[in-house]
Amino acid sequence: MTTRIDITLTVNGERVSRSVDTRSHLVDFLRGDLGLAGAHTGCEHGVCGACTVRLDGEPVRGCLVMAASLDGAVVETIEGLSDSGEIRDLQEAFVARNACQCGYCTPGMLVTAADILVQSPEATREEIREHISGNYCRCTGYQAIVDAVEDVLKARAAKREAA
Amino acid sequence: MKWPAMGYARVESLDELWRALDAAGPEAQILAGGQSLLATLAFRLSAPSTLIDITRIAALKGVSVAGDVLRIGALTRHADLARDALVARHAPMLAKAAPLIAHPAIRNRGTIGGSLALADPAAELPACAVALGATVVLAAPTGERRVAASDFFQGLFTAALEPGEIITAVEVPVATASSRQTIVEVTRRSGDYAMAGLAAALEMDGAGIVTSARLVFFGIGSGAEVARGASATLTGKALSAETIAAAQAALDGDLDPPTDLHGGPEMKRHLARVLTRRALTAFLVPSEQAA
Repeated sequence: MTTRIDITLTVNGERVSRSVDTRSHLVDFLRGDLGLAGAHTGCEHGVCGACTVRLDGEPVRGCLVMAASLDGAVVETIEGLSDSGEIRDLQEAFVARNACQCGYCTPGMLVTAADILVQSPEATREEIREHISGNYCRCTGYQAIVDAVEDVLKARAAKREAA
Repeated sequence: MKWPAMGYARVESLDELWRALDAAGPEAQILAGGQSLLATLAFRLSAPSTLIDITRIAALKGVSVAGDVLRIGALTRHADLARDALVARHAPMLAKAAPLIAHPAIRNRGTIGGSLALADPAAELPACAVALGATVVLAAPTGERRVAASDFFQGLFTAALEPGEIITAVEVPVATASSRQTIVEVTRRSGDYAMAGLAAALEMDGAGIVTSARLVFFGIGSGAEVARGASATLTGKALSAETIAAAQAALDGDLDPPTDLHGGPEMKRHLARVLTRRALTAFLVPSEQAA
């Protein structure tokens, strides 16, 4: 039985080749093999959303993706999204609205929130809540997070209109 | 906890799959979206010798229409169901069901083939497949066969899949002007498994008479539960407050819900009646809805 698999993929714009254990999920791989500790492991069975990262352009549960299956994949983590500046306004709004307290859910929450900005640029508060319903936060009560996402949606809409 | 040690193989065609299954032996399992399977590894509820990754098999992908059949490839993800124009037009129940399944990140990975193969009694898609009169297309090295969804689900997490056989597609009769389809459910929190759910498919003639009805419940038994009595009370009648009440009354003879984490039989029966009213009321013409 082969329990190590060679994969080559793109992580935050960089090409990476590694031999990975079949027991590793995507977040184990990011944290353990690549030293990218932004994505957090929480429940590790797909419930809490702390491990949410972007895979081939879409948010996924990092704990429900086999690292061994990632040959050819494109992965973006909170580190990559921060460096690119794509979600700078979202991050600033999270700070301004006090939407991160302990911060454990924040990387996953930001990846999901970034998906709202792309998928539903006119989302209502109710739709924002629905979209983040798979990302648990035990500090904020979500109100501040919804406020932050709503702020950014409005600001981006205003910018689009002005353009 | 961390997953058990196991092998992994990726295949790119059905022929490669048959060879890989042969080589890996009976303890191997097929990996599609993995949104249930990989979680069961963490719980050590399953311990496959090898996972065989089918997600790159092109023959299992895509949605198409041929004649009056909508063919949905087994690897079609819930997120695809939610936004596919053919699904929205020809099987609106599935487009409505997709957003009810878990959360966006899970819908980006989970597949219709995986959901049907798992046969989770609380899952939306098996109930939809039965309500829509779908056919499950299965393949094995010996060839292909087709099984009606109503025969495919055989009980708690049990489907009519032989060892080494896989789902390649689901075929759904396309909706017509006389089709009425909806899905409704009750959950404690958005994305949770339903405490009770109902997939309802009716055909109505030009005079508003129901010519066929399939009410299929999920989350209240060992699988997709067809409410035969309630469905029969609707057939041959026009939908109205009275016929909806008659269907609700017939549910007691149809359903024998076991107690689960959410509650006991009486609560489940109550939810089934509420869902029946909600689903069927949506099919009334607007003037009657207001009445």
